[in-house]
Amino acid sequence: MSVQYPLVEASASAPLAQRLTRGDQVVKFIRTKPLGAAGAAVILAMMFVAAFAGTLARYDPYQGDYSLQFARPSTEHWLGTDEFGRDLLTRIMYGARIALFVGFTASFTGCTLGALLGVLSAYWGGTVDLLLERLMDILLAFPQLILALAIASILGPAIQNVVVAIAIPIVPRVARVVRATALSVKEHQYVEAVQALGAQRKRVVFQHIVPNVMTPYIIMLTAQFGGAILAEAALSYLGLGTADPTPSWGLMLSGSAPLYAEKAPWMAVFPGVAISLGVFGFNLFGDSLRDALDPKLRRG
Amino acid sequence: MRVYLAKRILLIVPTLLGVASLVFVIMRVIPGDVALLILGGDSGQIDRAQLAAMHHRLGLDQPLVVQFGTWLWAALHFDFGASLWTGRPVVEELLVRLPLSLELAILATIVAVVLAIPFGMLAAMRQDSWLDYVIRVISIGGLAIPSFWAGILVILFLVINFGWGPPLEFTPPWVDPWANFQQMVWPVVTVGYRYAAVTTRMTRSTLLEVMREDYIRTAWAKGLAERVIVIRHALKNAMLPVITLIGTEFAFLIGGLVVTETVFTLNGVGRFVVDAVAHRDYPVVQALVFVIAFGFVIVNLLIDLTYAWFDPRIRYR
Repeated sequence: MSVQYPLVEASASAPLAQRLTRGDQVVKFIRTKPLGAAGAAVILAMMFVAAFAGTLARYDPYQGDYSLQFARPSTEHWLGTDEFGRDLLTRIMYGARIALFVGFTASFTGCTLGALLGVLSAYWGGTVDLLLERLMDILLAFPQLILALAIASILGPAIQNVVVAIAIPIVPRVARVVRATALSVKEHQYVEAVQALGAQRKRVVFQHIVPNVMTPYIIMLTAQFGGAILAEAALSYLGLGTADPTPSWGLMLSGSAPLYAEKAPWMAVFPGVAISLGVFGFNLFGDSLRDALDPKLRRG
Repeated sequence: MRVYLAKRILLIVPTLLGVASLVFVIMRVIPGDVALLILGGDSGQIDRAQLAAMHHRLGLDQPLVVQFGTWLWAALHFDFGASLWTGRPVVEELLVRLPLSLELAILATIVAVVLAIPFGMLAAMRQDSWLDYVIRVISIGGLAIPSFWAGILVILFLVINFGWGPPLEFTPPWVDPWANFQQMVWPVVTVGYRYAAVTTRMTRSTLLEVMREDYIRTAWAKGLAERVIVIRHALKNAMLPVITLIGTEFAFLIGGLVVTETVFTLNGVGRFVVDAVAHRDYPVVQALVFVIAFGFVIVNLLIDLTYAWFDPRIRYR
């Protein structure tokens, strides 16, 4: 009976988990979060279409052909044409540009401003915190759509004004989350230690607090991205967003699409599919990113 | 608790005051003169005396500070003035439209709660299984599909298959429940789907967090059944954020029904406020924003108080 159990050796030589390279991390993300990877694929496809709309599309997004009004989907016009004889697929492809532009600029501006105010509020505290918090309360309580409505009425229906209208309501929500995170970071002993060592305010904020709120910031950014695309569509649908003939997905669904829906249902169907698919991709990706980045949600 | 309560109630005052000033300023900054609009727009036929008389009649010739002060003082006594267009009291106009929007919001909330809690629970209990994936995909879909598009599709489907036409007038449930049901079922489904989706996701993620707590591990170690652990131990603690979400969403909903009401041509509060902004009907917009913000603040206060009630740590902060 000379069975040897190499127990001690095994535990002593157990290798440390290797640090993942960036490529490995991507592979791991795809393997553990298939839904997130699917979302990323949708986002990449959307970016590709937006970037190469000029070469991919076979028609002009603005110039119609009146002899081809309400053409059914065919090999010529895959998704049919609208009331001006414009190719729907072409317009949807160009629409990806609008959606990505508004989605990115609105969520980035709103989240960055919100995060800055949140950090400011948490770090300075006192009167600054009190005033900023009240301001955020006011913005939260103010009905979002009426704010957008007013901004559109004051600044006029143009794409950059839509961005402003969508970005403002994002600010207080992000500020709240970032403020709470920053407050909890501030309580950590190492931050106290750094302060005790005589570090300047600027150093504490940028070296210690900002890196720690980056994770919620990125999570909120991806989460708000899809929401911003949706908000643009809703505002354009109500006639408060971009103006004709801009190929905005929401605008394509307003006015004429429901009017001719019985005659040309493709007009009312495909732009909605584009919106849903785009927002779906961003939400799917954002969700999985949160699961991957938030230690509280990782599988135990 | 009493100090906490007093503090929270006191904080409502600056918020509401801020909202009131903000809406007042915004409405006056919006270009367009309501007196001109009432007198017939930009036809150029209106003489100055007529315009000045109209301004005086509407009280728009007074300094802005006085206008604001008068309005606020009256609003504090629940007097929101009269519509500049119809001359009828704003409250009266509101009461005509409120039942519809309120019914829509309440029914959508019921749909959301009934669907979201069991499905969110299932998804959390079987994280990363196919069941979880299906529930997540359906609920993310609810967030991705624009409610106005869902409405358009539903109407298209109904029109093509059943020759359905939009109802012209709202029938309250106490007049004819069946007619009311027929009117409300599709708007409720389109609003409720989104609402249920948000709530399902919240239920799932908070439940996942709670399920990792030590006391849940203790419950497992005691050998309790999964059903008992999830329902009796985890769900109770996971419900607080979910209730918060349901509350805030409900408050948002009242202001966010515009799109659904537009698609289904329902004459509710949402449509009312859009029309009022377009017509520069200042008292109506101011009153609506004030009422919506008031509702939002009260719901939030109730949520905070529930939190404080359940979690003594908050009370003493």
